[in-house]
Amino acid sequence: MTETARLHADWRPGCSVEVLRKRAWMLAAIRSYFDRRRVMEVETPSLCRTVGSDPNLDYFASGLSFEGSGYDCTLYLQTSPEFSMKRLLAAGSGSIYQICKAYRNGEAGRLHNPEFTILEWYRVGYDLEMLMDEVDELVGRGFGLAAPGRNPERITYQQAFISHCGFDPLIAEIADFRRFAEATGDPDAQTLCGDDIRLWQEYLFSARVQPQLGKTGLCHVYDYPANQCALACLKADDPRLAERAEVFYQGLELANGFRELDSAGEQRERFQRELEIRRQAGKQLPSIDERLLAALNAGLPDCSGMALGLDRLLMCLVNASSIDEVMSFSLSRA
Amino acid sequence: MAIYSTNEFKGGLKVILDGDPCSIIENEFVKPGKGQAFNRVKIRNLKTGRVIERTFKSGDTLDGADVVERDMQYLYNDGEFWHFMAEDTFEQYSADSNAVSDAVKWLKEQDVCMVTLWNGTPLSVAPPNFVVLKIVETDPGIRGDTSGGGGKPATLETGAVVRVPLFVQTDEVIRVDTRKGEYVSRVKE
Repeated sequence: MTETARLHADWRPGCSVEVLRKRAWMLAAIRSYFDRRRVMEVETPSLCRTVGSDPNLDYFASGLSFEGSGYDCTLYLQTSPEFSMKRLLAAGSGSIYQICKAYRNGEAGRLHNPEFTILEWYRVGYDLEMLMDEVDELVGRGFGLAAPGRNPERITYQQAFISHCGFDPLIAEIADFRRFAEATGDPDAQTLCGDDIRLWQEYLFSARVQPQLGKTGLCHVYDYPANQCALACLKADDPRLAERAEVFYQGLELANGFRELDSAGEQRERFQRELEIRRQAGKQLPSIDERLLAALNAGLPDCSGMALGLDRLLMCLVNASSIDEVMSFSLSRA
Repeated sequence: MAIYSTNEFKGGLKVILDGDPCSIIENEFVKPGKGQAFNRVKIRNLKTGRVIERTFKSGDTLDGADVVERDMQYLYNDGEFWHFMAEDTFEQYSADSNAVSDAVKWLKEQDVCMVTLWNGTPLSVAPPNFVVLKIVETDPGIRGDTSGGGGKPATLETGAVVRVPLFVQTDEVIRVDTRKGEYVSRVKE
């Protein structure tokens, strides 16, 4: 088949009209939920001069150019709307939400599309527990993903890890991880993870723990190890832990939330650590988002925020096994 | 040979893993929102036929394997090797007992098999889905039984043993499904 014939053969969307309708209903329900609670919908740019420096996220870069003017600057498609939304919070927006596209290069597979839809919201004055309650209300009861007749499942990272791997990830040393991999007959773990504790934790969590989470309904995992803090603040009473939570449903990662880090100094140090990791890995180095740091300096209100993958939520609502089945035109058809 | 990255791993791609030729069955991209990306790959070792699961860091690479499948006519067995001839080029190849493996009990001279070659050497042999073979030995059945219920073992000219209906007799020729090892029908000569 020629390339043209192939393109002509698959002009249709990858999902049914019924799924399109379900998506429209889902978006309307979310907007109605936040509207009733006086949480303001906002928009922030997809194209920005800076982008997050998380070493595990690759971004799309483009450029601004005016014909003949010679002016040119790099613009990045945002891997999440987090930095812009925090600037709004610091400017006094109060609680806000956004439904937007996020872009992550190199992420394509059964559960990933490089362009996907995020619901991101911030609640001023909420701690992480209140935010998890809200996820249960919006997603658990609102969209029927709560376990029937039971309290929502909540478990610390440490408990989840111990119950599925049998040892404590917070005090374990490399030798303990290695021993577990040998005992479970996993020849690749040692090669993949080497002497990197965080990598061992991530690898075993995704291979052994995650598939077991949320079998009957939403499951929250909280109190992540501090080495996986991302943009969360550390716990005041136990700095080994970060105020970060993740939401799982039938083994699928649906959402990630933080009690937001509000210290500009700590945020700058984390950026510099991330950039150092990127530099060692030979990755591109985006410049630090100084406007975000300035906003944190001016004062971010005490708040918690959550990012929820809406394509994956829709997968749960229509029992799809692949993200292609819930997108009009996923990468292969775009 | 080409080098393939995890994002190019697709069902049917032939690669070298730990020195052995393998065929990719399934490739799952696994990535937490905030964490390292992995690829969990289901892969068949073409030498042993065993299916294993392996994990790679996204972006890791494997060498491609020069593996091709060709239709070949089975010629003869010299006691050590089984000899085949490519239908299109008339080139001859000799396969050892590892390559022929379970296919041996279905091999009849002149039948066309699918031979998998690795670097030009037979790696495995798949018999035709259906073969027509003569029964060399089976117990005499009960006269008048035409239902095929019950059945009895019959030894075929290649040495394979299949269950046949009671009415089928020695010296008759039958059609067999080699994938299930089951009798299909009698063949009138």
